[in-house]
Amino acid sequence: MARVELKSVRKQFGPVVAVHGADVVFEEGSFTTLLGPSGCGKTTILRMVSGLEKPTSGDIEIGGNRINDVPIHKRNLGLVFQNYALFPHRTIGENIAFGLKYRDVPKSEMARKVTEALDIVRLPGVEDRYPSQLSGGQQQRIALARAIVIEPDVLLLDEPLSALDANLREEMRVELKTIQDRIGVTSIFVTHDQSEALAMSDKIIVMSAGRIEQVGTPEEVYNTPASEFVAGFLGAANLLQARVINRDATHVVLETAEFGQTPVPLSHAATLGQSNDAKLMVRAEKLTLGPKGSDGVAAKVEAVDYQGQLARYFLRVGDTQLQAMNMIDGAPFGAGETVALSMNPDACAALPVGGPA
Amino acid sequence: MSSRVWRLLKTYTVLVYGFMFAPIVVVLILAFNNSQFGGFPIEGFSLRWFYELAENEAIIRALRTSVTLGMLTALIATTLGVLASMALVRYQFRGKQWITTFLISPVLVPETVLAVGLLIFLRWLHMPRSFGLLLIGHSIIALPFVVLVVQARLIGIRRDYEEAARSLGASPVQTFFQITLPLLMPAVFAGALFAFTISFDNITATIFWRPSGMETVPTQIFGMLRNSVSPEINALGFVMICITVGLPLLAGGLARYFSRRKV
Repeated sequence: MARVELKSVRKQFGPVVAVHGADVVFEEGSFTTLLGPSGCGKTTILRMVSGLEKPTSGDIEIGGNRINDVPIHKRNLGLVFQNYALFPHRTIGENIAFGLKYRDVPKSEMARKVTEALDIVRLPGVEDRYPSQLSGGQQQRIALARAIVIEPDVLLLDEPLSALDANLREEMRVELKTIQDRIGVTSIFVTHDQSEALAMSDKIIVMSAGRIEQVGTPEEVYNTPASEFVAGFLGAANLLQARVINRDATHVVLETAEFGQTPVPLSHAATLGQSNDAKLMVRAEKLTLGPKGSDGVAAKVEAVDYQGQLARYFLRVGDTQLQAMNMIDGAPFGAGETVALSMNPDACAALPVGGPA
Repeated sequence: MSSRVWRLLKTYTVLVYGFMFAPIVVVLILAFNNSQFGGFPIEGFSLRWFYELAENEAIIRALRTSVTLGMLTALIATTLGVLASMALVRYQFRGKQWITTFLISPVLVPETVLAVGLLIFLRWLHMPRSFGLLLIGHSIIALPFVVLVVQARLIGIRRDYEEAARSLGASPVQTFFQITLPLLMPAVFAGALFAFTISFDNITATIFWRPSGMETVPTQIFGMLRNSVSPEINALGFVMICITVGLPLLAGGLARYFSRRKV
């Protein structure tokens, strides 16, 4: 177990900059997620920590030691891939024991450790099978067992759940998190799936186009996004053109065409700066629909996406399209109906226009 | 298409294959003909030409030369081919395109030109023709086939197997022998078989390169044909067909057997 630190790490492939000077700390024993769309540089960061890529400049430290020039096989890392990468010509037992061979583990000890690892991933007794005889979910568990059996300093997970089907993916993410909690290994998890990131992480690093947009706990990045990009990438957000009309010790008052004056708590306006132009972010689930005539702004329902216990509404207020997600209490509102829209200003956030300030 | 056209097409196809395989079938049949001359009519079934073949020292010597040459060619071409493929598929370096073209070029260059070229080069170095020269030549001719087969397979082997092995503590060399080579084995085997067969069958270049007094099976047959068509040649043809056709079939069967056992 060890702390991982990136100090102004930059990676360039030919003329393409994959990572612009990143400064990141992965705390000891924590589960940190690199989240972003494909091509944002998250996998490149993971590959640089693993040693599969070399940074163009900057330093990478594991447990306080600079490891830029340490080859991958001497870094003591556990690596789990999207496609499992189990050696097809070896049995499950041989796959798991592979890393132990290079660690002076006595034969008897080896068998015990393999059994133990299989118990941890809840697949006991499959030592003698070949990878192709297991299902995708089982193969990924074996890949995890193979990575943790060597007691790595850092566990690197490169979209390990993406190849699994939806139900299995949710089951596996709970299990993966449980195992990580239990063994307490510093873990770096790469994904483009925001729900995985929110559900599993101690800390999320949101990336876009080779830059880090925001670092924070799942609640922080969800409730107080630092930029329009973060707001849009996690969950469904409405971003409204706004003007700052007043600032005091506790609130920033924004004015929008749709909702008039909205006092946003200062803690939800951390990246706003001194600009007078802003964006007001309202989460879709924080916009509440009421029957026509009740308190709120009049809006017209344009379409309804019925999802069982939830309904997603596509609304129009003046020229603006909004999205709202409400629990269905009784019957959902229908398309064409006029409703009253209300929201709690404390659940809103004020963002700078465009990129981070 | 009308059924008449179909029938025509079928007949034509059968005829083409017939013309291609008839001579081989003739050789196979005549090898067992108990006649003084290497031709029709059939005078009865006999293994007598095989016995004569086994006692013909020149042929046995040629066969030994051919087999040794073929096996060494397979060894050299396969080793070089695997290393070259690793470099070409797994690493980036300058002039990669040129090296690929260069390695494949012996397939494109007419064999006679290649043969004369190597001979002139050796003359220039003041080296006499030798078994070594023959071996180098055959390896050059066989190398492209090995590279093509191994490269195709290597591209299909995902890199993350190797990356996983490295992350678990295997050095690059250990990773190659533990992971890459075993996964590559079917192609290595196929490449080696190709190389052996190509060397075993080769006559054009061999005639240029062999030192005087040394015969391979094809040059031996060629030499024997200049005098007369001996029925022994039919028997020898039978043996050669068995080796060049039987070996790959056997290998394919074995490969299938082993892969079935594993899955």
